[in-house]
Amino acid sequence: MSLALPAPDMARAITRISHEILERNSGSESITLLGIPTRGAHLAARIASNIEAIEGRAVQHGTLDITLHRDDLRLRPPRALMPTVIPSLGVEGRNVVLVDDVLFSGRTIRAALDALGEIGRSQTVQLAVLVDRGHRELPIRADYVGKNLPTSQNQVVRVQFTELDGIDLVSIEDGAAQ
Amino acid sequence: MTSKYLIKNVQVSGVLSDIAIENETITAIGASLKSDGATEFDFTGSVALPGLVDLHTHLREPGKEDAETVLSGSQAAARGGFTAVSAMANTSPVADTAGVVEQVYRLGQSAGLVDVFPIGAVTQGIHGEHLAEIGAMADSAARVRVFSDDGNCVFDPLVMRRALEYVKKFDGVIAQHAQEPRLTQASQMNEGFVSSQLGLKGWPAIAEESIIARDVLLAEHVQARLHICHVTTRGGVEIIRWAKSRGFNVTAEVTPHHLLLTDELARSYDPIYKVNPPLRTESDVMALREALAEGVIDIVATDHAPHAAETKECEWQEASFGMLGLETALPIINMTMVQTGLLDWNQVADRMSSAPARIGRYEKHGSNLVVGAPAHVTVINPTQLWRVDRDRMASRSRNTPFHGMEIPGVVQATFFNGRLTHKVGA
Amino acid sequence: MKHLLSIADITKSQAINILNTAEELARASDGPMKKLPTLRGRTIVNLFAEDSTRTRISFEAAAKRLSADVINFSAKGSSVSKGESLKDTAQTLQAMGADAVIIRHSASGAAARLAENQWMSGAVINAGDGTHEHPSQALLDAFTIRRHLSHGGEDLAGLHIAIVGDVLHSRVARSNVLLLTKLGAKVTLVSPPTLLPVGIESWPVTVSYDFDAVIDKVDAVMMLRIQLERMSEMFFPNAREYSRYFGLNTDRLRRMKLAAIVMHPGPMNRGLEITADSADSARSVIVEQVTNGVSVRMAILYLLLAGTTEGEGVTS
Repeated sequence: MSLALPAPDMARAITRISHEILERNSGSESITLLGIPTRGAHLAARIASNIEAIEGRAVQHGTLDITLHRDDLRLRPPRALMPTVIPSLGVEGRNVVLVDDVLFSGRTIRAALDALGEIGRSQTVQLAVLVDRGHRELPIRADYVGKNLPTSQNQVVRVQFTELDGIDLVSIEDGAAQ
Repeated sequence: MTSKYLIKNVQVSGVLSDIAIENETITAIGASLKSDGATEFDFTGSVALPGLVDLHTHLREPGKEDAETVLSGSQAAARGGFTAVSAMANTSPVADTAGVVEQVYRLGQSAGLVDVFPIGAVTQGIHGEHLAEIGAMADSAARVRVFSDDGNCVFDPLVMRRALEYVKKFDGVIAQHAQEPRLTQASQMNEGFVSSQLGLKGWPAIAEESIIARDVLLAEHVQARLHICHVTTRGGVEIIRWAKSRGFNVTAEVTPHHLLLTDELARSYDPIYKVNPPLRTESDVMALREALAEGVIDIVATDHAPHAAETKECEWQEASFGMLGLETALPIINMTMVQTGLLDWNQVADRMSSAPARIGRYEKHGSNLVVGAPAHVTVINPTQLWRVDRDRMASRSRNTPFHGMEIPGVVQATFFNGRLTHKVGA
Repeated sequence: MKHLLSIADITKSQAINILNTAEELARASDGPMKKLPTLRGRTIVNLFAEDSTRTRISFEAAAKRLSADVINFSAKGSSVSKGESLKDTAQTLQAMGADAVIIRHSASGAAARLAENQWMSGAVINAGDGTHEHPSQALLDAFTIRRHLSHGGEDLAGLHIAIVGDVLHSRVARSNVLLLTKLGAKVTLVSPPTLLPVGIESWPVTVSYDFDAVIDKVDAVMMLRIQLERMSEMFFPNAREYSRYFGLNTDRLRRMKLAAIVMHPGPMNRGLEITADSADSARSVIVEQVTNGVSVRMAILYLLLAGTTEGEGVTS
């Protein structure tokens, strides 16, 4: 197991991403942050509170569960559904920023685009991730990246959040079964 | 041309013996008999019984030959150790005339594997309304002495009274299928905890017991013989015990399946367990075993009821009622009554040979194994295990509830009138 | 979970999982996401050998919202009504490639026979078999009760529910007794003695013949449909006596606890077991039960068909 991002570095990366989002979108008014559960939702909450601290006012944020749109459902026993909470202004005409902890094959984001498309027509869809570990299987790229981590296929990238796991940490483990 | 057999090393009434058969008679019983040109069989480890007599079998011919014929039923009977079976009258046409009973009798004769004694219907068409030609059937070549509407109950008390009175002239007995029809319309299984949970319409015990109670009183009142078919409940046993204690001329039978199986089996909704009267509770099973041990229930009778496959491969309520019984009867009695210490082999001989022969007035059957008796002999190895396979039964049908079970007891051989009608491995 | 045949077969956590999944799917359906791609390419057959419009339509809506293909095989005019056996029907469905069969049948145990006999390999969902069980109805009833009365709790602990009417012939009653007690609720059955099965002592319920004694003590009243044929079989003398003693009328409605709700699986005999006022009152959640039915049935289809069937899946 190797340490990729200890807690302080994680915090700095999240702060930088928050600023980049604000810079690209000229403020927080047009943004809707949607975290992909489980850990993408925690990350989105962190980014939202950063943005609220910086701008001094609330930002639209929620969660988008993509389970029902996955393309690999039949490979495993049925998965639990996570909550989807769309904030008050919806997604129609908004700049939606999807938030996830790790970008890997890109299939999760593909499913998120499908799920989002059924809710409404956003003005733009952007993607923020804490870690990009390569090995894309679809033409998907992130707009905001906390850290690029080259990995081999069989390694596992573990992102932990204090609220969920008791510690803030990004680590890489040699893979066994997922 | 003399036919001679020497059965060696079997238990006869608890004594290790050989049995010598010449033509149709038992000529010697004792230790280490000389062969004298006989075909010898060594049945070490086995028990010899007088040929079994079944007072309740459905041979389905005429009318339902897809399920069974007199020939295939006779083959099943021989495999089960039986040398006589009584063929119930609910065929198509019903056996309510001399013509039909003689037909069944002759089919039995030509099959030549067991004595087939046709049972005559009590009422025309077994509809329960008008008496059938009981006299004609009694005097026919079939010499019917047992009369039953089995399948149906003789529910009308006046008709039952007349029938009980009338058969006295012929030394006959009415064998009643006790089931009050108004309490059992469209009933599917025993009424109890299980039926309440499964949503299957119940067949309450009192529908059987109320008829038993009525009929034992009727029989006593008109001084007639009464036989109760397939008793299945604790309450029924208690009524019969009471009647016998008062000296009423009542006999009763129990099936092997009612000595082992309970209504819990219906939870699978597999209609292989659907039977009339239905499987009851554990308490009933125990009461029946005790009653058979005591002699309150006089005999074991199989109620062998073959059914074509499609009538059992469907939803429960569409399925037919009934189970095969001839080939598994003796091993099941071994398992439930002998191995549990409730009966010894002499008593089994009584419950499955002498008593049924006596009730049916079958003079050539039911004798103990003694020199000079007709050579009806059944040999069973009680410790050998048998995995019941419904696809290898002699019966034309496959509806045995014991399929896949390992039961103790293999009938090694059956001799009918001195002829070998069944031999394991043959 | 390969099949859904009876509530007796599922654990408390499996039941809660179905309810939670239904909660998420209801939210998805409430919002703009009316159609989900999750079961695209799957074929679901409605085998309704007994007439039922509402349940069939509910399952059909659920299947279509998950993008499955639905084939309807209903009693009238089908080979089932012409006497084709259940076995032959099942083998035909297998040949057609059905991934799941939703079966409604007049014979108790029909769904179990279909599943156990391996005449076909798909999932079997019991939509009501004779007088035995109606699992999806019980699940939508529990879902409805939980939403109204559970205040965020996962199960139904602490709640007291009355089921009123013809228990003897009711598959809805049997499934609900099993499920509601499994989820921690207390259940009282109210019924004339003729309409309670022998053997009721083995059920985990209390029994009362007196509706008035029970009505002000329960959090939910579930009225069962009474069939008029029962009068000719002498289960009660006439409709008037039945309504008087066991009908939900305005007097009884007024005596109910403040937050208590009125339920009915439908179809209702307005004026017999339930007055029009009671059915239409503010306490009545009868219409909502129907809506919840679609979400719950979507959850059932999702959990049975979306993943593989090996392994535990999402049960804890």
